[in-house]
Amino acid sequence: MELNTHTVIFMGLALLMTVAAMLAVTTRNIMRATVYLLFVLFGTAGLYFLLHYTFLGAVQVTVYAGGIIVLFVFAALLIGKGARDFTHTSILRYIMGFTAAITGLILSVYLIFTHQFPEVKPLASVVPMNLIGNTMMGADKYNYVLPFEAVSVLLLACMVGALLIARKR
Amino acid sequence: MIPAEYYLVLSALMFFIGVFGFLTRRNLLAVLISTELVLNAVDINFAVFNAYYYPEHLEGFFFTMFAIGIAAAETAVAIAIILNVYRNMGTIRLKSLKKLKF
Repeated sequence: MELNTHTVIFMGLALLMTVAAMLAVTTRNIMRATVYLLFVLFGTAGLYFLLHYTFLGAVQVTVYAGGIIVLFVFAALLIGKGARDFTHTSILRYIMGFTAAITGLILSVYLIFTHQFPEVKPLASVVPMNLIGNTMMGADKYNYVLPFEAVSVLLLACMVGALLIARKR
Repeated sequence: MIPAEYYLVLSALMFFIGVFGFLTRRNLLAVLISTELVLNAVDINFAVFNAYYYPEHLEGFFFTMFAIGIAAAETAVAIAIILNVYRNMGTIRLKSLKKLKF
């Protein structure tokens, strides 16, 4: 693999995401964990941009980094002191979690490098916006108007449900 | 051109960091953050498989997009539940939440 701009950007994003993800699951302060999660989500958006899926990257930034992180910050601030993770996890639990994670990771990496993937046919350029729009709203084969509508109903139901669950009695 | 395997290794790493957090954290919000890491790793995989191996279709692209939408819904409901748990029991530490246990 030659060293060009894409490679350097990918390596930087990979480093940022790995370090931020590790800090997000180990730091005691929930607010800090949220900010580290924000870095991971921005890094993921960067990966989508690298893959030429710019619309997906924009969706990731607006929905995840813009919406979900704000929800987490709201929750952490509303809960306040109770959100701090003061209790220590037992060392046995750490060992168990670490063993499970490392076993799974080794197995996945082994499979990734030994599996015969189909031939790589890279994207030539950015997916055009009108293609995305037509595919999302079309009703033919390989079009997605039905899931689009289902997701809209789901979001409405979730909004009503969240209000119902979280309202003051 | 970055090999697809690099993306897959990165997302596997993120997935299992999320699994580790899910198993070791002691706080409902922190567990939810770990779940977000896992979901995000899977989204990357869908986009990579689509972009590298089947670029003539957009299945992975749309699956990722709907997964992002559903993850937003799931997080909103989960945080509403967590706030309610906090209001009723005064804590969100996993060890103290025993009311549902036999």
